[in-house]
Amino acid sequence: MTSNGKFGVIGKPLPRVDAVAKVTGRAVYADDMMLPRTLHCRILRSPHPHARIVSIDTSAARRMPGVLAVITGADLPIKFGILPVTQDERALEHEKVRYVGDPIAAVAATEEEIAAAACDAISVEYEVLEPVMSIEEALAEPKDERIQDYGGPHNIHKLVALEFGDVEGGFARADHVREDVFFFQGNTHLPMEQHSAIATYVDGRITLWSSTQVVHYVHRALSKVLELPMNRIRVIGAAHGGGFGGKTDPFAHEIIVCKLAMMTGRPVKCTLTREEVFYAHRGRHPVLMWVRTGVTSDGLITAMHFRTALDGGAYGSYGVASTFYTGALQTVTYDIPAYRFEGCRVFTNKPPCGPKRGHGTPQPRFALELHLEKIAHDIGVDPVDLKQRNFVKPMTRTVNWLRVTSCGLDECTERVMQASGFKRRVRRPGHGLGFAISTYLSGAGTAIYWNDMPHSEVQIKVDRGGVTAYCGAMDIGQGSDSVLATIVAEELGLHPADIRLVTADTDTTPIDLGSYSSRVTFMAGNAAIEAARKMRTILVDAVASKMACVPAAVAVGNGRIGDFTFEEASVLAEARFGTLTSAGSYTPPKIAGPYKGSGVGPSPAYSYSACVVDLDADARTGLVQVNKIWIAHDVGRAINPLLVEGQVEGSVYMGLGEALMEEQAFRKGLHKWPSMLEYKSPTFLDTPEVDTFIVETVDPEGPYGAKEAGQGPLLPVPPAVCSAVYDALGVWIDEVPVTPEKIVEALRRKEKGEPARYGPPRFPHIPYPPTIKVEPPPKKELDLAAPAAI
Amino acid sequence: MARDVQRQVMSLDVNSERTELLLPVHKTLLEVLREDMQLTGTKHGCELGECGTCTVLVDGRPELSCLLLPLQLEGRAITTIEGMAAGSRLHPLQQAFAELGAAQCGYCTPGILLSAKSLLETNARPSRDEIREALAGNLCRCTGYVKILEAIELAAGRMA
Repeated sequence: MTSNGKFGVIGKPLPRVDAVAKVTGRAVYADDMMLPRTLHCRILRSPHPHARIVSIDTSAARRMPGVLAVITGADLPIKFGILPVTQDERALEHEKVRYVGDPIAAVAATEEEIAAAACDAISVEYEVLEPVMSIEEALAEPKDERIQDYGGPHNIHKLVALEFGDVEGGFARADHVREDVFFFQGNTHLPMEQHSAIATYVDGRITLWSSTQVVHYVHRALSKVLELPMNRIRVIGAAHGGGFGGKTDPFAHEIIVCKLAMMTGRPVKCTLTREEVFYAHRGRHPVLMWVRTGVTSDGLITAMHFRTALDGGAYGSYGVASTFYTGALQTVTYDIPAYRFEGCRVFTNKPPCGPKRGHGTPQPRFALELHLEKIAHDIGVDPVDLKQRNFVKPMTRTVNWLRVTSCGLDECTERVMQASGFKRRVRRPGHGLGFAISTYLSGAGTAIYWNDMPHSEVQIKVDRGGVTAYCGAMDIGQGSDSVLATIVAEELGLHPADIRLVTADTDTTPIDLGSYSSRVTFMAGNAAIEAARKMRTILVDAVASKMACVPAAVAVGNGRIGDFTFEEASVLAEARFGTLTSAGSYTPPKIAGPYKGSGVGPSPAYSYSACVVDLDADARTGLVQVNKIWIAHDVGRAINPLLVEGQVEGSVYMGLGEALMEEQAFRKGLHKWPSMLEYKSPTFLDTPEVDTFIVETVDPEGPYGAKEAGQGPLLPVPPAVCSAVYDALGVWIDEVPVTPEKIVEALRRKEKGEPARYGPPRFPHIPYPPTIKVEPPPKKELDLAAPAAI
Repeated sequence: MARDVQRQVMSLDVNSERTELLLPVHKTLLEVLREDMQLTGTKHGCELGECGTCTVLVDGRPELSCLLLPLQLEGRAITTIEGMAAGSRLHPLQQAFAELGAAQCGYCTPGILLSAKSLLETNARPSRDEIREALAGNLCRCTGYVKILEAIELAAGRMA
């Protein structure tokens, strides 16, 4: 910030720092790398959804010319997994396979075609087991053995039951109580770039370049499985071709190429095929939901009971966290005085689900928004008014102990209402408008593995005018490198282009936990501010001494520090203090509530969004044409509005795909459509005009007040689409994707006098454990300095 | 693998440079560009002709390099993303994409830029619907397409 209190570069729509590399094709993605003598790796995967492995014969593959190594699970027996509580994966399975696509063996060969042929030459004898393909089947007694040997009963992975406040009393004083059942189908990230990794082993050290969102967690998994100390492993994030949560687990191929590089003494690369990417998955959990809410005659919520059942696929992945997330954030948009959440995740013989943009929260948001609409219709209150009456207020704590700081829900709603003309429109048949809101974390308040260390660290080096910032953060396309450069430039009075960045390299950069949970701008941003302000102090002190004035009299900005250019100032400072380095770090405040499971949900700040969808729906064909979407997003402060708009528009697009077409569906364990043609995603022709409004509430803890932008704006889109379909045709589609078949079926039911709805008929019986009752936090003014837990 | 691979010497004109290569006849243009010519700016998303990521220009028209064999292309002018800028001077489309944030992860960007270049060469001031139609075969997962449309319109305006 300049001395007059105005920002130099914060808030300006500047191009990304890597824009030219990307528009000229010069950004180097993992599969673009080809080190001398690189071998190609292919992975043999299970054709069965559930089977015991009786034997694996690799002898024919090993004899093929050009094959340098063949490995199986016996070579990599140590289990790993992203969460410490679910270390249930192996890089290669040698005892049992649990989904079509489970890796069994890997080959390194001089050519990719030879590696593929060698995989074909491996013979595996299976004892095929009965697959478990749905939530209902997973809840029942298994016909053969269970998929995993932990969790239970049957194929249940995780059960949660929490109650905050007096739920029974809340329902008792309600004037109206309603129950609904919803289903959110699973879908996948579909990054344009297939996962790819290349490893080399020299001087007893492994170096891995990978298309990952989390170099640190890959680093940890490699150390564990390869039994090497972390200081012998270097993980570098290559230029990243899209993640959306899909590259947030450590993956088998990353471990495999390291092992093969160690065995062969040559670099080894593995790039997944598009079909393999569909099976690697870790995407949106299919979630069945039941919700019961009590309201007063004015529509004020008195109590809510929310149940979820997640179809987790074959492994744990992030699933325990995903389960908690399906119940965590309902209270962060609506003031719910008494709240009960029961969650359940099951194992099925499908690719594991994990985090996709919004991680575990778009599904309950979909259910909650539609459920409240229905309640509003029941009691004759305008749905928008009903929601607004229940909005949380800034600087409060929710019944489940989540701390809300800044909150722009009212302003976001106002902006999209005004722009869309929602309340003053003229009705015409088949035309509908739908409204929904949402919230999301600005970074998870707790790390994946328990530790007290910072979540993000930044170092800065200044030498002869050159500024380099080092940070473990991984730019996955969202622009985190540009955010870091902008913040450092702001504090040092420079331009982002003046800052050289070294990021996402476990050898040379200090820790950042990675690009997930919308945490980078908030956490790395705060770390960068601290490091840059320390450097600024050093430079200003040296200049003040030379100018014979007090440091406060030295102005910083426009490439100058006091009477000197930045370069002259850096020379003065280096002459006086020696090597110029500084460091900053960020540790989220300890704000989790005093109960088991409280680690999922807390965030130092929440973003808020509101959305209106305008569509036409054809009653004869069920076809939906989305005409326009208005979205307002409370990002706290837009460090770069161009990047914020890009994140918001991309989120809206992805939410629209989930609402109308994207679907990860299986037949006999096989993905029904593992190709980019058949897995329908919105094209240029399907994506409507999007009007984006940035709302700035200046969060007290965000860097310059900033919050997240990359995930939250996806969430209101699916419920707003369904709400608009109801508005257009008078039928509720209580599950996504909203396909023409579902609309036509709902209209047929309406015509026959049945409930005008398409959706799951019931919620299954689930053996939830006894509810843990948690006392809500005391109702008092929020004090930012005080920890939540008493 | 004891398989006889038929190879042939081919002469390819890529970005106005002529190169002679001894290539297996079944190798796709995408593979040859990336693996034999180090032109890794051309990306791949599916290798089945479904996503548009590997788009290059052949005689100025967009084609999917994953579905082409170099054998078919002797004497044809191939343009990849590496041939789009004039030295270090960006093409107006590249400039507009950079300025407006039309590239996020950047992976679909080379294919989209080349499709857009071809469009503007045949239709200097396309309507937004014409742009959507011309680019319907190029998927992007990051941007929601909004900034791409704006960038193409900005470039078209500047080039006119």
